[in-house]
Amino acid sequence: MSKRIALVGMPNTGKSTLFNRLTGAGARVGNWPGLTVELLSAKVLLGDSMLELVDLPGLHNLHGFSEDERVARHFIETQSLNGMLVVLNTTQLERQLALVLQLKSLGLPMLLALNMADEAQNRGIRIDVAVLEQRLGMPVRLISAKLGRGVPELKQTLGDWLRAHPKPMQASTGVLAEDDVIEITVEELIGKSFHIPISLSPTRTDRIDHYLLHPWLGIPLFLLLMLGVFQAVYGLGVPLQDGLAWLLGEARTLWLTPLLAGLPAWARSFLLEGLYDGVGTVMSFLPIIVVFFLAMAVVEDSGYLARAAFLMDALMSRLGLDGRAFVMQLMGFGCNVPAMMGTRVIRSHTQRIAAMMMIPFSLCSARLQVFLFFTSAVFSPRAAPWVLFSLYVMSFFLAFFTAWMMRGHTRRSVDPLLMELPPYRLPTLAALARQSLRESGHFLRQAGGFIILGVALVWFLTHFPLDAAPAGPATLAGHLADWMKPIFTPLGIDQLLSIALLFGFVAKEVVIGSLAVIYGAGGDQLAGILAHRLDWVQAYSFMLFTLVYTPCVSALATLRRESGSSRAMWASIAWSLSLAWVLSFAFYQGARALL
Amino acid sequence: MTTLSLRELPAGHCGTIVRIDAGIELSARMRALGLLPGRRVKVIRSSPFRGPIQVRAGQTDLIIRRGEAAAIQLLPCKPEVACSP
Ligand SMILES: Nc1nc2c(ncn2[C@@H]2O[C@H](COP(=O)(O)OP(=O)(O)OP(=O)(O)O)[C@@H](O)[C@H]2O)c(=O)[nH]1
Ligand SMILES: [Mg+2]
Repeated sequence: MSKRIALVGMPNTGKSTLFNRLTGAGARVGNWPGLTVELLSAKVLLGDSMLELVDLPGLHNLHGFSEDERVARHFIETQSLNGMLVVLNTTQLERQLALVLQLKSLGLPMLLALNMADEAQNRGIRIDVAVLEQRLGMPVRLISAKLGRGVPELKQTLGDWLRAHPKPMQASTGVLAEDDVIEITVEELIGKSFHIPISLSPTRTDRIDHYLLHPWLGIPLFLLLMLGVFQAVYGLGVPLQDGLAWLLGEARTLWLTPLLAGLPAWARSFLLEGLYDGVGTVMSFLPIIVVFFLAMAVVEDSGYLARAAFLMDALMSRLGLDGRAFVMQLMGFGCNVPAMMGTRVIRSHTQRIAAMMMIPFSLCSARLQVFLFFTSAVFSPRAAPWVLFSLYVMSFFLAFFTAWMMRGHTRRSVDPLLMELPPYRLPTLAALARQSLRESGHFLRQAGGFIILGVALVWFLTHFPLDAAPAGPATLAGHLADWMKPIFTPLGIDQLLSIALLFGFVAKEVVIGSLAVIYGAGGDQLAGILAHRLDWVQAYSFMLFTLVYTPCVSALATLRRESGSSRAMWASIAWSLSLAWVLSFAFYQGARALL
Repeated sequence: MTTLSLRELPAGHCGTIVRIDAGIELSARMRALGLLPGRRVKVIRSSPFRGPIQVRAGQTDLIIRRGEAAAIQLLPCKPEVACSP
């Protein structure tokens, strides 16, 4: 019979890290309390039986009051479980032990994993495991999920423990023990089992924070750090991308073109100018996506995000939000969807909605591809990174502006900002490798799925009827573009570009692919055509529109699901579309009038 | 001795919590993060533009807004008592 246990513990104690260790799954890990906001389960063979492990969002206590905590609590209280694997941060045992005592009242079998034993050791903290085991009446193991220490022993214990508790059972939702009673017990237990050195010297974290959280150096250093990350991604990613684009181009001329020579003209066009150029041009962004997400992983795992919340909270509070909304804005630079889900840590519903309305303006990695392509095609190599950077500035500005517009609603609701500031940590190389593997897998699946579909559809629109000139006014695409002309002409966006925008509504990854198909050229050739056809004002207007007009269909679906109503979604669509149009219009007409 | 609120305690100083005047939910969250009567806390620094403050309670560093910090009443440590870092 299959058995099931849940990973329970306070936020940021390493539950997801341990989950990955035990199951080999790829749960997201990061040094930010509240990174996991949804259930994730995976099966693992333990001894002779199948075990289902469920990774839960962190819980502060069983009174739980934010959305992510509710998810965890609901699961524990409604599902039948063989037991709970409770994960605590050993260095903070004095405050985390209370949760173990609260959980005991649920009546489920428990196994306690004291994680981050490596950090405890570095700080000279000693734990008397035997005393804890005896007093708590459950097996206790010291582990380091990150380094893998003690994990084999934990597995062994887990196997024995499961044999002792073969029957899944329901949690009893009886009365919780009184907090005061728990406090006295914790006090006594800590006194007997938790030994900290009397004088703690300042840690590495303290020394780094002296600068990074400095009252007036902090914010300039934050901006400098962002610029540094940006430059690193750009400097490393762009040459790699160029290399891959060149390779794909060579393969096309040397190998694919002769191979397909025998086919009828339309089939050759569909395969080469449709699928190969379309998908190939998108694929050439794979290296930069990997570099980008590696940089994101380092930032997320470092613990700096919590510092960013600390530094930016004053600004955000004037916009009716708090530092966590700003952090979600940063996370949105990877992908808007998890960032929107991450707002679950915000308890106030109105503030959550406001945070979710800001996130679509976060310049995600899919939009980054479009901008990289356009800036390197139209602008000089010296200007290109700065043009791209200006779009990031614009992204922040629009997000703040949106929050400011909504401040009337958000300011009335109060939501305390009270969170852990974790120590700085470094990701392991293995974790980084796993992360990049996951992101490239995701990207390749997309390229193999809806990008192929989108590109094929664009080819059909731009080549039907077959006797018309490709992408000419007589094709289906030509008619469509003609119809949209009154909207886009004042923005300096020509008809062919507007077709790409139409497909970009679904997902921004399709934009470059469709352009390749529309112009019948991929990679460098496409860049050449764009440079020839567009001046910088038109290109920038197009990029502004792309940045603002809406993230993608899955972000909109997430917004609807997370906000619990379609209203927020429609409001977001209307707001983004009108803002995009007004901005591009103002920019294009202004620039034309001035220059 | 007179009590002070955590908000009034200057950076680098510490005190022992005597009372928390907050709602059930907020005080439960504070308790979970190690802020409860009897515990000693130290103010590490405050963020610019009257933003939140960083406090250390036991082995945990926390971010707390000034508004919430005002709800925590403490007895300041005597100057000769050295606070852990
Ligand atoms: N030093 C050390 N760091 C660890 C250990 N286990 C996890 N971490 C780090 O702690 C941070 C939090 O890990 P997660 O696994 O995301 O924590 P979580 O409990 O899932 O957090 P939430 O999903 O937010 O509740 C990450 O930066 C991990 O790399 C450990 O044994 N030692
Ligand atoms: Mg997690």
